[in-house]
Amino acid sequence: MPVAERDGLKVWQRRTRGATLTRWAAWLVFLLVFLYCWQQISERTLWIFVLDSHKQAWDLGVRMTPPRWTYIGDLWGPLWDTLNIATLGTVLAILMATPLAFLAAKNTTPHPLIRQVALILIVASRSINTLIWAILFVVLFGPGVVAGVLAITLRSVGFIGKLLYESIEEISPSPVEAIRAVGGTPPQVLTYGIFPQVFPAFVGISVFRWDINIRESTIVGLVGAGGIGLQLDASVNSLLWSQVSLILLIVFILVLFSEWLSATIRKAVT
Amino acid sequence: MLDIKDLHKSYSTDVEVLCGITMTLKSGEFLTVIGPSGAGKSTFLRCINGLVDSTRGSCRLKGEEILGLNGTALRRVRRRIGMIFQSHALVDRLTVMENLLSGRLGYTNFWSSWIRRFPQEEVTRAFDLLERVGLEGYEDRRADQLSGGQRQRVGIARALLQRPELLLVDEPTASLDPKTSRQIMRLLRELARENNLAVIANLHDVALAKMFSDRIIGLSDGRIVFEGKPDELEDEILSTIYGEEDWSAA
Amino acid sequence: MSLSSDKSPTPAQPGTVNPQPRRWRRPPLIRNPLLRWAVVTGSIIYFYFAFTTMGIDPARIAQGIPRGWEFLKGFFWPDFWTRRSDIAEGVIESLSMTLISTAIGVVLCIPLAIGAARNIAHPVIYAICRAIIAITRTFPEVMIAIFFVIMFGFGPFAGIVTLVIATIGFLGKLLAEEIEACSMDQIEAIRATGASTPKVIIFGLVPQIFPRLVGLSMYRLDINFRESAIIGVVGAGGIGATLNTTFDRYEFSSAAAILLIIIGIVLLAENVSSYIRQKLI
Repeated sequence: MPVAERDGLKVWQRRTRGATLTRWAAWLVFLLVFLYCWQQISERTLWIFVLDSHKQAWDLGVRMTPPRWTYIGDLWGPLWDTLNIATLGTVLAILMATPLAFLAAKNTTPHPLIRQVALILIVASRSINTLIWAILFVVLFGPGVVAGVLAITLRSVGFIGKLLYESIEEISPSPVEAIRAVGGTPPQVLTYGIFPQVFPAFVGISVFRWDINIRESTIVGLVGAGGIGLQLDASVNSLLWSQVSLILLIVFILVLFSEWLSATIRKAVT
Repeated sequence: MLDIKDLHKSYSTDVEVLCGITMTLKSGEFLTVIGPSGAGKSTFLRCINGLVDSTRGSCRLKGEEILGLNGTALRRVRRRIGMIFQSHALVDRLTVMENLLSGRLGYTNFWSSWIRRFPQEEVTRAFDLLERVGLEGYEDRRADQLSGGQRQRVGIARALLQRPELLLVDEPTASLDPKTSRQIMRLLRELARENNLAVIANLHDVALAKMFSDRIIGLSDGRIVFEGKPDELEDEILSTIYGEEDWSAA
Repeated sequence: MSLSSDKSPTPAQPGTVNPQPRRWRRPPLIRNPLLRWAVVTGSIIYFYFAFTTMGIDPARIAQGIPRGWEFLKGFFWPDFWTRRSDIAEGVIESLSMTLISTAIGVVLCIPLAIGAARNIAHPVIYAICRAIIAITRTFPEVMIAIFFVIMFGFGPFAGIVTLVIATIGFLGKLLAEEIEACSMDQIEAIRATGASTPKVIIFGLVPQIFPRLVGLSMYRLDINFRESAIIGVVGAGGIGATLNTTFDRYEFSSAAAILLIIIGIVLLAENVSSYIRQKLI
């Protein structure tokens, strides 16, 4: 901590004068950028609607209660589709991400160039949101569950691939060396020395992503890619708010259930 | 049986870790390598079975040159050389039996090893070895449930299941308490004698080295500075290996 | 864990073959055989039905492949120019939404996190704060956005509110966990000087959690940008709306250009945020 002498007295300050000034400058820049952004948004906002929002909210609340319980008969099919979109998407993603992760990990990649390609694929998959993938696949293959599954798959490949290759890079090298020392072939080194070490991470990551995918698969329907989102979209568009509240309730339960299941499985495999 | 001539190893161009090691090993001999940390003991062992590529030199196992090999030829040599590691190097999440049988990987094709199908003869031998190292009934325990001494016993059994001609032992007692260390060294010594195995062991504990070896080599800065019987290892010699110190204080 | 198995009674010498060979098979992953078979058959049946109810239409998929090819070509010749003003506007809007919502979210998450930390909050406040966090975290951002679009009208304002809510839930939970993991010794030491609760928080708590708060905020900034790129799909502003339009019109090379911009910004943001996190922690 800087101590300055002033009029023969030792004065303690938290920071030196330069550091204080830089800090203030940084805050000022931040504030200006913030104001600029705010102005950008403000220009594009109809403030009458915003000021009116409490009425809208109240109105919405009234129309949403009570949920239309009988509508649940129409939801079992979409719910089944939602579950399938998440599960099949995750399984496909695991099948694609596992080899990719081994190609991307520093200690298992066959060649640095291949590693770079694998890393680029992982980044591209991760950067594009599930919903954008869904829009793309709906345009390509038409609306339906297939588009949803593919969207979930392509987004999850990057997620699983990244976490998996990081955990492959973190393994302890000595068992790997031991398997090499007994004369094991590279595939044997992989199955005996490396795979058992990353297995818990592998299960954990997969189940974690499945949990996230349940949440994602409830919305891909908004752009036509199947699942309960289709019903949500239809109900919102036709202003059937008592159906919307039932769908929200079911999504809430589904998400809580998947969170609980994934936590249980992750705890069991350590 | 092992004939090493002028073995060099450098990791970068200017730093040489091993500067011309020349030594021979008779069959059935228990040789210990001592020396300070960083003297190149581990690198020396790893050069022999090709875990580390040596820069130049020659190393003949029963007359056959084994340096500079790669691919299948290297793996064929490695299965003849057992190795026991400082950190026991077991795969934690595999069972004791899987760890043991991994010693046979050099002789097993990929598919059989994937479904864990090993010849019954080897399984029987694995059970016998488990008994011999005092771990009867532990076959289905996971390796991470064992104590340090038990793990090292599994490591020893794995190396022996390979039916090696030569055993490389890298600081087998580094993470063990004094009593367990002696037990492990005694076990190693007995097993080497029973199977008439040639052993090269790195040890950091001079007392253990004196107790259990036929011959001792002192390594310092990548050079052999002493070679002789355990009782020839005097205090002055220890000083040339490790540097000046009062060795009398027990 | 069974230690006793079928072993011959006499210990054998190594190397000799036993009269009765002791067999060994790898212990199965799930030890209970009934559960094991239930899991295996259950998954087979599940996947069979999951696949058959998917409604795969081979003709439609065959039709999609040339379009997919078209889209891939778009990636190699992206068209940044034709829709440049739409794209620029969308990007600026997305970035503005990201910055504003993260800044507001960070400020608001602090009291929530303190309230949701078991070691310092009153039990009633704890329960309320945890409930808020649970609800805001459960629903996907897009779903929340639908409601705010209805409340506030189309446009970025609804998007900002959505992102603020999502940020609060996300940061609130992680920060609360951070506070719960704090060393109580330091807090007690400050309390022992006779400081009031706000002073205890400023001197005992904030120094402990500040680096993590910065790190998490940077991380959330990154997430908020990605999210801002999609909530436009339901009308909540940002680049997502532009993207949706290009897809609807089959303008694949413009769509590819927008995706490349998103990937670029995400990469940049990720690198900057990890750099700042390393500097601060």
